[in-house]
Amino acid sequence: MESAGFGAAWLQYALGGITIGAIYALVAIGYNIIYNVTEIINFAQGEFVMLGGLFAVFFYEACGLPILAAFLAAVAAVALTGLVLERYVIRNARQATVLSMIIITIAFSILLKGGAMLAWGKDPYRLPPFTGGGSILWNGVAVQPQALWVLGVSGIIVVCLTLFFRRSVYGKAMLACADNPAAARLVGIPVRTMIFLSFMLSAAIGAAAGVSITPITLMEYDRGALLGLKGFGAAVLGGLGQFFGALVAGLLLGLAESFCAGYVSSGYKDAVALVLLLLALFFKPEGLFGSKEAAGLKRF
Amino acid sequence: MNLRKFAPVAAFVAFMAAFPWMVAPFDAISHYTDVMVFAGIFCLVTIGLSLLMGFAGQISLAQAAFFGIGAYASAILTGRFGWNPWAAMPAGAAAAAAVAWIVGVPALRLKGHYLAMATLGFGVIVHIVLNEEVEWTGGPSGMVDIPGLSVAGVRVLSETAWYYLVWTFVAAALIFSYHVLHSRVGRALRAIHEAEKAAEAMGVPVASYKVQVFVYSAVLASLAGSLYTHYVTFLTPSSFDLMWSVRFVLMVVVGGMQSLWGAVLGTVFLTFVGNEWLHVFADFEVLVYGGILLAVALLVPQGLVVWMQEKLSRRRETLLPRSE
Amino acid sequence: MVGGRLAQCVGRWSRIVLWVCVLALMVPAGVLAGGEPYKIGAVFSVTGGASFLGEPEKRTAEMIVEQVNAQGGINGHPVELILYDDETDATKCNLAVKKLIKRDKVPVIIGPTTSGNSLAVVGLAEDFKIPLISCAASYKIVEPVESRRWVFKVAGSDKHVVGKMYDYMKAKGISRIGIMTVSDGFGASGREELLRLAQEYGITVVADERYGPKDTDLTAQLTKIRESGAQAVVNWSVGPTAVLAVKGWRDLKMEGMPLFQSHGFGSKKYLELSGDAAEGVLLPLARVNVGPLLPDDHPQKKVIMEYKQAYEAKYQEPISSFGGHAWDSMHLALAALKAVGPDPAKIRDFLENTKNFVGQHGIFNFSPQDHNGLSKDDLEMVVVKKGDWALAQ
Repeated sequence: MESAGFGAAWLQYALGGITIGAIYALVAIGYNIIYNVTEIINFAQGEFVMLGGLFAVFFYEACGLPILAAFLAAVAAVALTGLVLERYVIRNARQATVLSMIIITIAFSILLKGGAMLAWGKDPYRLPPFTGGGSILWNGVAVQPQALWVLGVSGIIVVCLTLFFRRSVYGKAMLACADNPAAARLVGIPVRTMIFLSFMLSAAIGAAAGVSITPITLMEYDRGALLGLKGFGAAVLGGLGQFFGALVAGLLLGLAESFCAGYVSSGYKDAVALVLLLLALFFKPEGLFGSKEAAGLKRF
Repeated sequence: MNLRKFAPVAAFVAFMAAFPWMVAPFDAISHYTDVMVFAGIFCLVTIGLSLLMGFAGQISLAQAAFFGIGAYASAILTGRFGWNPWAAMPAGAAAAAAVAWIVGVPALRLKGHYLAMATLGFGVIVHIVLNEEVEWTGGPSGMVDIPGLSVAGVRVLSETAWYYLVWTFVAAALIFSYHVLHSRVGRALRAIHEAEKAAEAMGVPVASYKVQVFVYSAVLASLAGSLYTHYVTFLTPSSFDLMWSVRFVLMVVVGGMQSLWGAVLGTVFLTFVGNEWLHVFADFEVLVYGGILLAVALLVPQGLVVWMQEKLSRRRETLLPRSE
Repeated sequence: MVGGRLAQCVGRWSRIVLWVCVLALMVPAGVLAGGEPYKIGAVFSVTGGASFLGEPEKRTAEMIVEQVNAQGGINGHPVELILYDDETDATKCNLAVKKLIKRDKVPVIIGPTTSGNSLAVVGLAEDFKIPLISCAASYKIVEPVESRRWVFKVAGSDKHVVGKMYDYMKAKGISRIGIMTVSDGFGASGREELLRLAQEYGITVVADERYGPKDTDLTAQLTKIRESGAQAVVNWSVGPTAVLAVKGWRDLKMEGMPLFQSHGFGSKKYLELSGDAAEGVLLPLARVNVGPLLPDDHPQKKVIMEYKQAYEAKYQEPISSFGGHAWDSMHLALAALKAVGPDPAKIRDFLENTKNFVGQHGIFNFSPQDHNGLSKDDLEMVVVKKGDWALAQ
């Protein structure tokens, strides 16, 4: 009994950790896409996740769309928000220093949060799981079908992004902007369009994460900041700009939190994840998968 | 010190000294003295932060943690162990300095966003510790019945008394920081900000100076925390969370990082904006607050002080057209 | 050129700032005209972390003022509610209360919403000798009574809730429990009482888990409790985590280990959000939540049903415990104003000697030793049945 229980608990923690870790990874990837093209850290990234969830609730409940259509509509709506951020805010501040860029994105995140509060109120909302059926109990481990959806959506996004950046012209052009904007412009890459695309793409990814997680965690207007913080941690831990690093770091953070809550102290779980992060930073300042050279070249 | 330099300072001192008496006769704004007490306490934090950000070019999202360390050190030493508040205050500052040094040495080797993340992570950890160590800190329910402050045996009670006490601290911090900036260390700091590698090559002990400024900013934040504790006489960890660290950074940036006056102006401005002027907007308050930040960052990225200086000098130019 | 555009924008910008300042100064001056209104000050957390508590409190208070003024006010005086939002921030709350006392010169204050913010201002009520009727639960708000002469609270203490819960457990033969509490003021206070009273009721706490108010996943905590061999789970939180606990409990198929929630779960919204998962969840609730279930001759039935009808008609949302706190504090303040007029010291004395005041959360009996006036008998043990409350047997 005891040993069986132990095994079940272990798996349960792992599953919970991977699910939330996948969301951290998606948030981190959102940071990376924008960072890669513009070297801006967009602190409104967490708000995209929140907006994704709330828009999906809106399309599902108020507009009566089926859940998958609501998913797509929400992603599109948030991508539009990303567009607004780039077109009307970021573009007006091109000469700004890195620090004032941080302030601008924080200010924008305050606006998004305030807007969401006015539009949706302060109550949490729920969304049904993408596919019906309750949780499955397997060897004492409860598996929520929605958790599988979260993992599936994250997996698909990571694969698509990899293909996009490795194979497609647009993807390669975006990477080129990151490496050297001036040279990219010289070879005819529309840098401005790329920046614009990167914001839309990263908003869309954040939204997808938000919609997928809402059936499990509920969503309300002030969820964004914490998810943004954890995602930022994952992005830094993985090495800024590294997609694979973000994925691994996101999962690591999720697992560290979950196991710590299970075996050490649930109150200190966030602290343990952060201590790991700090140690990693102190001993490998460019992140787990970042290269020292690349870090040296970056502006900030 | 020549007259042109001295006049604005004298005007500032006179204005600050007269402030409580100027607002007192008007009921609608008489409580502005209370707001100014908090603004002064926050100024101590932001003066240190502006030294770190504007002059040494390093960002810190951990100031609320040092603010909290000072506050809780004072609260615990006076409330639990019956220390005199004036003895607890330097003890708290010493604790904050020690912690800042331990964290600063490895953290300040990091750059940019990595440094931001490291300080942010440290800040969140301190907040969690304050929340979890219930036996010492009272946890999330907070600490009550913290003793007040006495000066020369007289309890500091009225808002006006607190106002003068707090702003005396601010004045001292300003004078001290001014001297730091115009010393060897200050010149070295600016060199670090301009070109770190070059400064290092010239023999400036870059790493050590950065840590020193970080420690100094932590000490100021800790003193502010001690004052806050004895003023409010109640502590809860939520007054020291990440949002506050972000707010302190915003105060410095909005005011202008390039001068100490920027920190003071930004702090007073945002404290009034956040606590007073936006109440009329009710539910839209958050939006207006975000809008103001965005407008400042987009339109006057150098901060309010630089903007005001530009305005003043332009006026002077129009008065005396240059012969060109 | 850029400079020119900047200057233009800046010009516009400075005008905006000017307007903001002008507006800020004008609003207090524009106090309603009319015959000498009675003022009531209020501080609620309408935004920020506790906004879901503060919002119904604000709405309730505003509704009551409208009702009273529509009936001609008290003793011919209209009532003026001066309400500030503390954004769930202790510093702002402190400033707001000072403003109420010094600028608005109110004779009585209702709120703040949360325990933390209430504790941040009890000192002000004492120093300035203005009665304060808090809507938060922590017993520290009104104890020790010697240093809380001016402070009252209308929310039941956690010891009552825990007492009611432990009584029920004892009756059902439950003696080993696992507890999980949120790490904010609400959860910390509940945890304290759960641990402190356990021995007295012969109950052993075999697991003691905590989580943050914005946590998204509680399966780790629940799994740990499941492994601990407890007979029941107690979750103590308010907000989304209260719903997540229910969902996690159901997902992990822990029905054999009944889930007790704190009164923080006592909102219809949480029931809706948890859906079928909440079936069988037990919690002690104040009667304001279960008005329709009460027998017609219950003394609270009438006030609860009246409040329920008025509130739900006006705002199209169900009433909650939190709004009930505002109702109780508001009506206590009104009763005091009606009896003794706007004199802080007299209001204090009146409140301290109020007996048999029938409110939403119970029948209040204040005394110099008890500034809360409620007991565990003012609670009902409630079980969730088919998406609604039912009285537990």
